[in-house]
Amino acid sequence: MNAPVVSSRMNLPGTGNASSGNALELRGITKMFGALAAISDVTLSVKPGERRAVLGSNGAGKTTLFNCITGDFLPSAGLVRFFGEDVTVFPPHERIRRGLRRTYQISSLFTGLSVMDNVYLACCGVSRNRFSLVRPRPDDALVQAAEMLVEAVHLTADKDRLVGELAYGQQRQLEVALALSGAPRFVLFDEPAAGLSPTERADLVTILTSLPAHIGFIIIEHDMDVALRVADSVTMMHNGRIFKEGRSDEIESDPEVQELYLGGGHAHH
Amino acid sequence: MSVADQAPRFASPADQRMWSERIPAPWWILGLILLLLPIVANNFWLFQIMGWTFILGMIGLSLMFLAGYGGMVSLLQMSIAGLAGYMVAILGPSGAANVSLGLSWWIVLPAAFLIAALFATMCGALAVRTDGIYTIMITLAIAAAFFYFTRQNYSIFNGYSGFNLVLPPKLFGVNWRDPLPFYYLTLACAALCYGAVVYLARSPFGLALQGVRDNPRRMAALGFNVTAHRVAAYALASVFASTGGILLVWQNAQIAPGTIGISSAIDVLVVAVVGGMRRPLGPFIGAFIYVLLQVFSTDILGFFGFSADRFKLIIGIGFLAIVLFSPDGVLGLWDRWRARMAARKAVATGGGA
Repeated sequence: MNAPVVSSRMNLPGTGNASSGNALELRGITKMFGALAAISDVTLSVKPGERRAVLGSNGAGKTTLFNCITGDFLPSAGLVRFFGEDVTVFPPHERIRRGLRRTYQISSLFTGLSVMDNVYLACCGVSRNRFSLVRPRPDDALVQAAEMLVEAVHLTADKDRLVGELAYGQQRQLEVALALSGAPRFVLFDEPAAGLSPTERADLVTILTSLPAHIGFIIIEHDMDVALRVADSVTMMHNGRIFKEGRSDEIESDPEVQELYLGGGHAHH
Repeated sequence: MSVADQAPRFASPADQRMWSERIPAPWWILGLILLLLPIVANNFWLFQIMGWTFILGMIGLSLMFLAGYGGMVSLLQMSIAGLAGYMVAILGPSGAANVSLGLSWWIVLPAAFLIAALFATMCGALAVRTDGIYTIMITLAIAAAFFYFTRQNYSIFNGYSGFNLVLPPKLFGVNWRDPLPFYYLTLACAALCYGAVVYLARSPFGLALQGVRDNPRRMAALGFNVTAHRVAAYALASVFASTGGILLVWQNAQIAPGTIGISSAIDVLVVAVVGGMRRPLGPFIGAFIYVLLQVFSTDILGFFGFSADRFKLIIGIGFLAIVLFSPDGVLGLWDRWRARMAARKAVATGGGA
């Protein structure tokens, strides 16, 4: 394992610009499913606080990349560093406790529990309270943290409702809230705007752009309006490989990119 | 399966009432009936029927905790209860003086709970790596192995004959095996275990366990160590099973391999399924039905000229009927009946207005 110089063990937000200076560093990540390479030789680094959009057609390997970063899959080859620490073989929960968070493309919530309970669970997961056998009091710090998160994603009015009863857009908002619990340092958003109405999209952009500056993220998003408004830089993926990287405005005007991915209507707005 | 929607949500600040005001009236009535039962019931009812119901209910409750909240169907709970019972017989005094150590109760009881919890934790660590039917298979295998081990091992478990004359300590000068004290002892233990499970279901650990049941992958993505959580659930459930197991040994005044055989392990599952696995009350209702059938089917079967051994047939048919018509047990039947009554009432008042 790594030398203890790496400050990520302290689990504090914004302190993790140790040796490498990168929040997330991928080197030569390859993931094989049988003979099929879902992603091959992906090398990528994101600085603390940086906001990166990952674009690419379906099957380009974007979600597989996320799964390798969070540890849902172990990569077949390559290295994942999180704030300087080699986390390649860590189980997911160990990465989460170091400040990594993610959302899911298809909402992955606890539908039998209330909104508050969902967020409260998320807050427990990254605290020492996860094994507590004592019920929290209403003034418990984690309950209050959960209430603030519920407010941050504009769900306060529905906080006692069962998640299964929520509208689709609200479930997407809750999905974001779960990823912001505890002290996140880096978040992976997997198509957070998928299926949202234009108003809800605007709402989501507000939530994402008003995140504290030290929280960096990678966002997979098909909607260029959303992606380019929240991200500083863009990584294009194609057939499991990185195809192009650059600042948002460069990528937007790149003719090759337009031909491959943006097609007609998207590019000019 | 959402258990949580039946309980009040801790997070809602609206519920500022005293704990005593939050318990609905039917519970007070049930409590009063159980407390005053000795006035009308004879010793047979207190000791055999109710005592056994509470004991079986507690062992079933430990399964309900694992299966209902954790999604892990374990056939181990009778073995864990049996191990705790065996430990009381082995460490404390018994008729088998050559094997039993005869230590005093305040060492024996904590040691019994601890050893059973260790055993449950170890078995849990094996079982949680499997899912669904494989969990059932692996726990059944461990239960069978433990049964044969106790039958063949004479140096610790005294083999086929087991231990007799295992009596509860005469604390406060009371003979706890007398029907009246034993009734209140088992009632108190059952109420404590029941209350503990209800309380734990809304604690961070209990909530997380239900989260692990519904969506383990997401729980890991929230920072939970899913495996550790499941193993801890086994350890916690062992407390309820052990309580039942120790009381069972005291009730029978003996323990032998037959107590923890495969059929007993399956009986615990039957009790929990018949009563309902979604709520902690279920196993107690299932246990009551099971005990009534076991005790009285002999008379009924005899009346119709059948052999008394056939009581398992009645239980089996009842089990089939429950599984076919109400997968969530007798409590599920009751819930649906109430919902239908409420709907009918709503229609009636709606029509009248």
